[in-house]
Amino acid sequence: MSNLWLVVRREYVTRVRRRSFILATLLTPIGLALFVVIANAVFSYSNDDVQRIAVIDDANLFKGSIPDENGLYFKFVDQPLEDLREDAGEDRDYAGILVIPKVTNPRSRNYRVQLLSDETLSIDAQSRIRNRVEDALREYKIEALNIDQATLASLDTDVKITVRSLTTTADGESDDRSMASAIGAGIGSVMGFLMYISVFVYGMMVMRSVMEEKTNRIVEVVISSVRPFTLLLGKIIGVGAVGLTQVVAWMIMIPGMLFLVGIFFGLDADPGQMPNSPDMNPEEMQSMVEKLTGGLADLNWWIILPCFILYFLGGYFMYAALFAAVGSAMGDDMGESQSLTIPITIPVILAFYIMMAAIQNPNSSLAVWSSIFPLFAPIVMPARLAFDPPLWQVLASLVSVFLFAAAMVWMASRIYRIGILNYGKKSTLRDMGRWITAKY
Amino acid sequence: MILTADTTAAAISTAPVIEVRNVSKAYGEKIAVDDVTFAMPPDAILGLLGPNGAGKTSLIRMITTITVPDSGEILFQGTHLNGYHPTQIGYLPEERGLYKQMYVGEQLLYLAQLKGLSAAEAESRARDWLGKFELEGQWKKKVDELSKGMQQQVQFIATVIHDPKLLILDEPFSGLDPVNANRMRAEILRLHASGTAVIFSTHRMEQVEELCEYIVLIDHGRNILQGKVSDIRRQFVENRYRLAYHGEALPAALGERYELLNPTVSTVDIQLKPGEDGNDLLRTLLALDIRIQGFQELLPSLNEIFIKRVSVVD
Repeated sequence: MSNLWLVVRREYVTRVRRRSFILATLLTPIGLALFVVIANAVFSYSNDDVQRIAVIDDANLFKGSIPDENGLYFKFVDQPLEDLREDAGEDRDYAGILVIPKVTNPRSRNYRVQLLSDETLSIDAQSRIRNRVEDALREYKIEALNIDQATLASLDTDVKITVRSLTTTADGESDDRSMASAIGAGIGSVMGFLMYISVFVYGMMVMRSVMEEKTNRIVEVVISSVRPFTLLLGKIIGVGAVGLTQVVAWMIMIPGMLFLVGIFFGLDADPGQMPNSPDMNPEEMQSMVEKLTGGLADLNWWIILPCFILYFLGGYFMYAALFAAVGSAMGDDMGESQSLTIPITIPVILAFYIMMAAIQNPNSSLAVWSSIFPLFAPIVMPARLAFDPPLWQVLASLVSVFLFAAAMVWMASRIYRIGILNYGKKSTLRDMGRWITAKY
Repeated sequence: MILTADTTAAAISTAPVIEVRNVSKAYGEKIAVDDVTFAMPPDAILGLLGPNGAGKTSLIRMITTITVPDSGEILFQGTHLNGYHPTQIGYLPEERGLYKQMYVGEQLLYLAQLKGLSAAEAESRARDWLGKFELEGQWKKKVDELSKGMQQQVQFIATVIHDPKLLILDEPFSGLDPVNANRMRAEILRLHASGTAVIFSTHRMEQVEELCEYIVLIDHGRNILQGKVSDIRRQFVENRYRLAYHGEALPAALGERYELLNPTVSTVDIQLKPGEDGNDLLRTLLALDIRIQGFQELLPSLNEIFIKRVSVVD
């Protein structure tokens, strides 16, 4: 059996069966599901504090009733304000008194109501009361000023922009590009983020693996049988396979868990109950869903998915090699790793921010050049893929990523072969630079 | 048990197992190995000696193909070192360890397969060896759960499991209790007797005298002394004899005639001048009617030679 395969298998097997790996793989989706349940519970039960508001409606704006909502109860009273105020002792009936004065001039743009309360009403409650009064006042003014409802409604025009690509035929019915770009942004940011996280998590894993062998002092035994390059490559491939296993497990488990949560807690059954959900009528929802599925189907998945995998591999190899080189140069103390890892983490973080900008303007020159520059490309280009970038850019970017990744693996192996045998003291970046060209 | 190298039975082949020719190696400014040349006789245990930092480990790393010489060449049974040779070498480095999170059996299988054994072969040999060290029950234990001594034994098994032609042991006894050290010494001698060449690197001279028939002494990267242990000791004889005697104090005449060293109640070392002879001394002793109990020429210990040579070069 080839030594590379033996190394890959060892890296994979010893990591995947570790309790910490199994727990992280299983608990992350469960934790996420739990988070959704709890977050939902927090939003839906935050208003169990019932507040009763007395309303003195002198203007008769509400015609005697305001529907209760989310812990706010309105009660219309006939008593004069003074009586209510005197009532306000220890155990008063009302949290506050809303006084709505008569409307003197329907054309006035200013109107003031009073809310008398000893308690501090939440900002949310205040804004809801204000919205109620505004809506009622509007109805009242329309009536008072004799405006035709239909005429008024026709003033609100719903303008939509249909963006069509120049290359598509005029009769292409489903190329609603506005939706496509929204979907592109969504998918792009998910992919970019995934790249960013995996580069860090699994790159660090490779680094720890290198350091473990060095501090355990097993590395000298191993490289008396295996060439350091083979060991390094096997390590990167093995840990990469671990990462892939975890990501795939999550891709299956997370939607599964959310689906289960949806069934058991009925969270998705009533979208209106979700916090901050936009007011949307069922037909609009329906057409949104159709556009969304249409837009998703429209994307060039047969380009996006293979490219994503290629970028994942290229980016992972590139950064894992760099992390491995740093790990091999480290002394026995894990704590001093900081100063050596910073030069690697800076491009990753920069690439992440450029990726966010690239989603806003996928064809800006920053986005284009960053997606060809090899250190940024693995994170920036996947985010742009859904926006249908020109083919030459994708090809140039892939070529640059793979050439650079190969160069990084080669460079890392030069540093690694010397670093792993250099016990005791931490090495500097300059040492590492010298090792690249040093004779074997 | 006889713990010397003289029990060797098999001569491996006519070509030296390892031949080092004018090998040099520098790390940056520092010259670690400086024009070292030696050939390892087929049937000897070779002691590679030298103070810390002398270049022993650098030299070993080149023999094990971990690094390559800047200049010079190394031959293994007459052929230049190549990618096949690591499977013929078992190396126990001074800086050694095992994967703490792996099971003992699994670990031995891994290391043995890296040396080219098939999985089945590796498993049967690993079980044999564990049995030899009474570690059969530890197959499914993590290395972390073993005692220090057991870990050393597992490490030794990993070094010899592929039945190497050349065994390189760098300070193999460090950290071993006497019982385990003896067991390992016996195994080394047994392997040697069955035809395995052994390079034994250490700065513990008593172990060298016990095991090695042939030594190479390295200091400051240079090979300053090499040859058969008995020849080297003879080369460093100082014409000194030890006399053991009965009875009362030695006659003053002896002290006037010869220089006396290290006197005890019943022994004294007598230093002769160049040109003087042990037989003349013996005649003098008889003439003085000293009741002789023992009389022998003192050969210098390797330790003395070592200190002498290394400090001379300094």
